[in-house]
Amino acid sequence: MSFEWRKPSGRFNVRRYPGFVHLAIFCLIILYAPLLIVAIYSFNASTSITLWGGFSLQWYEEVFFGLESDKFKAAAWNSFTIAISAATVSTCFATSAALGMLRAGEFRGRPLSFALINLPLMVPEIVTAVATLIFFNWINFERGIGTILVAHIVFCIPFAYLPIAARLEGISGIYEQAALDLYATRWQAFRLVLFPLMAPGILSGFLLAFIISLDDFIITNFVKGAGIETLPTAIFGAVKQGIKPNIMAISTLLLVLSFLFVTLSWMIGRMGTEVKETAK
Amino acid sequence: MAGGATGTGGHSVSTAYAALRTWLLAPSWITIAIFMLGPVLLMAIYSVLTKEFRGGVIWEFSLASYDQFFFDRGLFGDEPPKFHWTYLAIYIRSFVQASVATVLCLVIGFPTAYFIATRPASTRMVWLFLVTIPYWVNLLIRTVSMKFLIRDTGPINEWLIAFGVLDTPIKMINTDFAVQLGLFYSYLPFMVLPIYAAVERYDFALSEAAADLYASRWTTLWLVLLPAVKPGIIAGCILVFVPSLGAFLAPDLLGGAKNFMIGSLIEEQFKGAAGNWPFGAACAMVLLTMVLLAVFFYARQQAKVARSGG
Repeated sequence: MSFEWRKPSGRFNVRRYPGFVHLAIFCLIILYAPLLIVAIYSFNASTSITLWGGFSLQWYEEVFFGLESDKFKAAAWNSFTIAISAATVSTCFATSAALGMLRAGEFRGRPLSFALINLPLMVPEIVTAVATLIFFNWINFERGIGTILVAHIVFCIPFAYLPIAARLEGISGIYEQAALDLYATRWQAFRLVLFPLMAPGILSGFLLAFIISLDDFIITNFVKGAGIETLPTAIFGAVKQGIKPNIMAISTLLLVLSFLFVTLSWMIGRMGTEVKETAK
Repeated sequence: MAGGATGTGGHSVSTAYAALRTWLLAPSWITIAIFMLGPVLLMAIYSVLTKEFRGGVIWEFSLASYDQFFFDRGLFGDEPPKFHWTYLAIYIRSFVQASVATVLCLVIGFPTAYFIATRPASTRMVWLFLVTIPYWVNLLIRTVSMKFLIRDTGPINEWLIAFGVLDTPIKMINTDFAVQLGLFYSYLPFMVLPIYAAVERYDFALSEAAADLYASRWTTLWLVLLPAVKPGIIAGCILVFVPSLGAFLAPDLLGGAKNFMIGSLIEEQFKGAAGNWPFGAACAMVLLTMVLLAVFFYARQQAKVARSGG
């Protein structure tokens, strides 16, 4: 970069490695091919793989109005209710924890506290699932929506915590200090100064927690009661009997939803950096 | 950090919430301690209890689960213990498959991450965006899509047959290859993102200096770039290895009944026909120990980097 002017003439570009671009393109193909192919086939009027029967929305119609639509609607309702509740609770807990970890000075138990908050990230999902099932069984708690919600709140906390803490670390203390110097109360300094600066991080944390909760299969599968399904468990059950076109349509809908979420969190992230730059 | 702006009024912003610290941290602490740490400890206890048929346990100390893990005592449990590989083999196979998946992800993920990090700002965002999307897409949906693609009557086989390349479909689904492909495909984005973050912080003046001193392109990569971005590579490897080791969806949906991994073995003890809770708890304990060892090595490596980096 800045050394470019004294580069020996004819020397190779140190930033470029031959073949890396091909591997990067290969990486994208691997990641996208299965998803795009399923999306394309979900619009195929024919159930044949090799014949294109024309563009059709019939499988989407089946998702919303077909034989299995009630099952999937109930599952979707459960999934979204749980995801919104779990994301809301875990985001509140994580915001409060981030303030306690980063704005409350040094304290002895800090590494331990950090490890505890991030514990759900370190334990494999299947182990969490087993442990939670054993626990609820031991305290004789009837399995249902409630147990799924509790389990989701727990593993969503670190996912919400990470973006919030990253954001909070980047906010200098001078703004709050200025507010306090101008006779704002602690609460006003938080509500009117710190919180708006933290907001993009909190929103990112919420979105991440929401998606993680919506995504979960293993833990939900262990702690859900009989007859209660979320979207992933309902899809898993249906796939066991074969991949029907309506599953492809549901997959495509969820793909679009994830795409919207990434775009949204991306825009929020951008908004955040602008705030940061103008603040500097 | 909180900047260290100390106020005139005696309040430091960095300690503005010191009095509230316990209250701020308590909700997360309590939730995770009760519903995560407690259950894991309870699971450890369950692994040394006696099994009750059709699930559940009898509160009597017994090492039968760990005994069953290593020794075969015959159908009725009255024969002399004979060491067996039944369960250990599943762990070793899972370990190998997770390791291979990690290496594959590294081989594809590192060049991709490097390539993205060296793009000009405008196209870099597009690439990063494209790699991030699969990271957010439901893992079940991604695994099902892979199953659809590679099954006997899936697009790959049907099209190859339609074009006359093949007569009979290639058997891909329900093989070790499928599980391996599934693990690689599932966790590839987990490798790219941390390496990208490390390369982005890398100072290319170091590479320039190496090249000025007549290092070749690949020598520069091996001796200068790789050591500098090592923390990102290790983080990526942990993020791929840990979930691969305990994976359930890829082996279950792509591997079929013969390609058991640890995740399926554990699930079977609780949800399947086996119904042996203490044994399932013991299997989970063995997995947890393996993972915590990996995380421990990672933490020690990080500490070493932090010390040498000053």
